[in-house]
Amino acid sequence: MNEHTGIAVALVLAGVIAGGMVWLASILGKKNPTPGKLAPFECGNEPIALPTGRLAIKFYMTAILFILFDVELVFLYPWAVLYRDLGVLGLTEMFIFLGVLLVGFVYAWDNGALEWK
Amino acid sequence: MGDFFTLVDWAVEDAGFWGRLIGVVAVWAVPITVWVSVVGLFSIWLERKVSAHIQCRLGPMEVGPHGALQTLADGIKLLAKEDIIPQGADRFLFALAPILSFVGSFVVFAVVPFGPHLIIADLNLGIYFLAAIGSIEAIGVIAAGWASNNKWSVFGAVRAATQVVSYEIPLSLSLVTIACLAGTLSTIGIVESQAGWIWNWFLFRNPFMVISFLIFYIASLAECKRAPFDLPEAESELVSGFHTEYSGMRFAIFFLAEYAAMYVVSAMGAVLFLGGWYTGIEPLDSWLTTSPVLGNVVGALAIITKAFFLVFVQMWLRWTLPRIRLDQMMYLCFKVLVPVGMVVFMAAAFWQGVFGAPDLGGLGSKFGLAWFVVVVVGTTLWVKKTIRRTKGYASANFLEHQARLGHDVGVS
Repeated sequence: MNEHTGIAVALVLAGVIAGGMVWLASILGKKNPTPGKLAPFECGNEPIALPTGRLAIKFYMTAILFILFDVELVFLYPWAVLYRDLGVLGLTEMFIFLGVLLVGFVYAWDNGALEWK
Repeated sequence: MGDFFTLVDWAVEDAGFWGRLIGVVAVWAVPITVWVSVVGLFSIWLERKVSAHIQCRLGPMEVGPHGALQTLADGIKLLAKEDIIPQGADRFLFALAPILSFVGSFVVFAVVPFGPHLIIADLNLGIYFLAAIGSIEAIGVIAAGWASNNKWSVFGAVRAATQVVSYEIPLSLSLVTIACLAGTLSTIGIVESQAGWIWNWFLFRNPFMVISFLIFYIASLAECKRAPFDLPEAESELVSGFHTEYSGMRFAIFFLAEYAAMYVVSAMGAVLFLGGWYTGIEPLDSWLTTSPVLGNVVGALAIITKAFFLVFVQMWLRWTLPRIRLDQMMYLCFKVLVPVGMVVFMAAAFWQGVFGAPDLGGLGSKFGLAWFVVVVVGTTLWVKKTIRRTKGYASANFLEHQARLGHDVGVS
């Protein structure tokens, strides 16, 4: 048994609590579904348009940017933990790595990838 | 060092796997569940009270002393509400989403140390776990918006996705800065490397950490979808965003998950920057380590106080600042927080390399003292200046408000 068992216990427990509360509410609450109640909310009107899965491309662009930066950050975690042992060489190498990334960041900025329009 | 398993072993000698599992469920699961519920109920009550007093109202007053039991009453009422799944919704995802959201914010409690031994899982990947599992809550939010078959919900969901994904980067940058200073990702290890006087806290460890803390705090506000970053549930544009179609208990679970997440990020702020369970008074802390029971009790009180202070600041900000626009939100993240965070990370790492080395005879600690004085004096002067600048305006408004109400504020 190790620390991860605690995580597993917490996961199961959280699921049981949340699921149990919904289950309890579905038993205790009354049931009276009417067509108006089940219709999608549109401030009382008939829904003009329903979501069809088409969204602006800029949301997708943000996701791509996130993946770029997040991969970079995944590399930073192990380096940060071992920073004291790596010494000057490690610091220099990381500064070069971040410098390269910074160039890419400036390039993306210059090309308007970070604009929200 | 130790976690709850050592405590179970100490209570029951040679308990074995199943004995330990039962022990963990009984000793840990029940208190932490009660604690999450208390935190949720108390935070919701606190939010209503803080908002009321900021707006010169009283807030809930009827149920219990100063309305303290109002949230409990609301919860019981919500249990008796009808469970509505709207027509055309993806029934499976619709039901799963609030549970996913709740699980995401509940499980992060596992790596929050409430005292030297009061931790569920002392993972050696502690803060990485925070960054990874903390995002599951957002998946619940996105699933909720997508499954609702309502365009407001879908807009709320994509906004939530964009926001959480973007602010993950500055948040991780400040987490990495902390890892660089502490040399570990374990939350216990991070707190232990802040032992000693208050200027050993990572907030005062070097001049860049104050900025790093601000980045962490702003990013955590955005991760929790709190104002001024409450775009996913902007009620003036999107009705209530991703949970427009939710009602009754499912809505309550979203609500509870949001407040639990608020508390978790604040507790993590206390752990990472504000010395965790340490009081910051060196003789008191070293005396407390001699007594495990007292050490854990005082430690838990210290971290809970710090966490609730940060929660209070979150509420204060919510009722002070207007919501920002989507483009402003992206601008703040990618053009301010990310570059500043990167520079701060490099500078903090460099500073740690130069002044943090043990062979320099604790120069870092002496610097910490000096920087602590600078920060405290600077903050005091700034607050005094701000008060002086806004005094006439605030008091004029206040008097006008009093006159309009026709009675003293505070008595309704």
